[in-house]
Amino acid sequence: MVPLNYYLVLSAMLFAIGTAGVFVRRNLITILLSIEIMLNAVNLTFVAFGRALGSADGQIIVFFVMTVAAAEAAVGLAIVIGLFRHRESLNPDSWTALKW
Amino acid sequence: MQGWLSILIMIALGAGFALISVVLSSFLGPRKPTPEKLAPYECGMPPVGDARERQSVKFYLVAMIFLLFDIEIAFLYPWAMALRDLGWNGFAQVLLFIALLLAGYVYVWRKGALDWGGDQATARRRSTIGD
Amino acid sequence: MPPGISTSDFYYILPELVLTAGALVVLIADVLLPRERRSALSWVTLAAVGATLASLLPFTSTHVEVAHGLLAVDRFALFFKIVFLVAAAITVLMSVRYLAIEGASPGEYYFLILCATLGMMVMAGGIDLITIFIGLETMAVSFYILAGFIKPNQRSNEAAVKYFLLGAFSLGILLYGMSLMYGLSGTTNLRVMATSFGAMAGDSRLALAVILVVAGVGFKIAAVPFHMWAPDVYEGAPTPVTAFLSVGSKAASFAMLIRIFVEGLPSASEDWRLLFWVLSIATMTVGNFAAVTQTNVKRMLAYSSIAHAGYVLIGIVAGTSRGITATLVYLMVYSFMQLGAFAVVVMLRRADVVGDELKDFSGLASRNPFAAFAMLLFMLSLGGIPPTAGFMGKFWLFSAAIDAHYYWLALIGVLNSAVSLYYYIRIVVFMYVKKETLGSEPTTSPTLAVVLAVAVAATLVLGVYPQLLFNVAAASARTLGAAGATAALR
Repeated sequence: MVPLNYYLVLSAMLFAIGTAGVFVRRNLITILLSIEIMLNAVNLTFVAFGRALGSADGQIIVFFVMTVAAAEAAVGLAIVIGLFRHRESLNPDSWTALKW
Repeated sequence: MQGWLSILIMIALGAGFALISVVLSSFLGPRKPTPEKLAPYECGMPPVGDARERQSVKFYLVAMIFLLFDIEIAFLYPWAMALRDLGWNGFAQVLLFIALLLAGYVYVWRKGALDWGGDQATARRRSTIGD
Repeated sequence: MPPGISTSDFYYILPELVLTAGALVVLIADVLLPRERRSALSWVTLAAVGATLASLLPFTSTHVEVAHGLLAVDRFALFFKIVFLVAAAITVLMSVRYLAIEGASPGEYYFLILCATLGMMVMAGGIDLITIFIGLETMAVSFYILAGFIKPNQRSNEAAVKYFLLGAFSLGILLYGMSLMYGLSGTTNLRVMATSFGAMAGDSRLALAVILVVAGVGFKIAAVPFHMWAPDVYEGAPTPVTAFLSVGSKAASFAMLIRIFVEGLPSASEDWRLLFWVLSIATMTVGNFAAVTQTNVKRMLAYSSIAHAGYVLIGIVAGTSRGITATLVYLMVYSFMQLGAFAVVVMLRRADVVGDELKDFSGLASRNPFAAFAMLLFMLSLGGIPPTAGFMGKFWLFSAAIDAHYYWLALIGVLNSAVSLYYYIRIVVFMYVKKETLGSEPTTSPTLAVVLAVAVAATLVLGVYPQLLFNVAAASARTLGAAGATAALR
């Protein structure tokens, strides 16, 4: 069996990659993908802990995280499309109607 | 360790074979380009239009709705596994869950988000959503 | 114990069920009613909120855990549920004319308001990471859509994108913290967690989880340095949504914060007290000083609401039962004055004026004396001047801090209140001293008049006769933790 720490290190790395992506990338879709990577890192942590502890709670919470991620993606993409109709750009730096 | 080694050899063999064929054919094969040969292969037919055609935003809407209704399965599987333990009580709760989804479905349907184009359908959606 | 959720569990979540049913009725009625009848939906929504409030009545002294410890039905949750439902009702009343002017369809709007309220109620009752997280997201996703509800408006669009991006990002951080909490304790139930963390005080892995959760919650309550989204979102979102966001979402996030930290992490209280101490001071100071320079009233109120999150954190830092009581009192009081102030901004929105700039307030005293007086009262209350409710709220917060020997925190809070008076009084000066006026005559609609009257009455009554609210809040704070045991509170 693969030790728990391997999973934790992997998910920590994934989480770091996702976080870095949110800050570094300048395209809305890529930022959304980075956030998805963060959420999946969280899922991995939950499942790994759940297996190591022998409890189902970790898996249950992952179901809910997945559902929420799907709902968020749907809403987020709809909002992004709404914005794109106004701006023809997905670069966050080009949003100027409000001070960032 | 023994099992992993054989997999490693398998990967090396596969990658090596692919690499050797591509490299060899690019060295040995004759090179006489014609417009037909350079055109993208589309089942033997002459290519029509651009592959990066813009799709109607309706496809996106349908995909999104599919995604949302699809995820419900994630909750039905665990229930199915625990069906006998949960009994009729659990069954009633799943029915409630489905009823909630159904309300969403009725909403989506009446808003016209499931209509696939067609002038009548579009016109009706315009009149219900109002944009 | 039988598996699954029993019938009695359903009895205890009756208010949530009523609200869900109401939301579904609104949603279905929106597609079935003909267009010209849809304005009736606001009354359906109000009826749903009213029915939910009524269905809280059987649970005024209940103290149970529902569904194997997923939700707690206690007076702490009850207190917050009342705050949310009252705020939702006021928001609906505020929205009637606003939506008509903006030309937005009411059905989805009211549905989303009810969904957000439902999420908040689950957050306040949740004593399990799963329920808290689901409640939080029900609320947050509704607010993402609501912030961008005025589709033709570019500012509304931008507000929605910014809120969504930072909201989803903060969710990731919060969840990561939660996953570590789960891994370290082996349970998702906060009360079980508290016992299994008992021996782990000072563990560095626990400290990491605490830091992540503090950051995630910090985003939700808009505490500095996680506040960047708030001014933009508050300015760009439709004004009634901004009002509901700044009151409901903030109160719900504080309820979640208290549940997670006071109920779930009492053993790490050294860590989170210190973090919140720093956050509180930074939030108060940055919020107030940034508000001074604003010319847009919604943006100014956004910074003011950031500063108020800093004040409320004082009660959390104190961490005593008195501090939690002061937090509850302040959140209730803050709801009324903040909603009232936004109601005046909503009133100034006419067909020809956007009405959220400072200069739009000039000459209001002569054009609409009642609204100007109401705004004056809300500003004094937000600034903490007696005899308003805001003064009593601040008084209890600061005295709770002194009681728990956080003298510096109380002192900085008082100094910040003094700074905040500057920009609150500036609005008053515009209303009463400046004469040049813009656009058509601002008038109250019947629903807006009700909102203003309720907010004014609450701000005055709670300021003059605060004892009742204090007693209720104290009784609510006492029910934190498993029945009979309040080890969390010193």
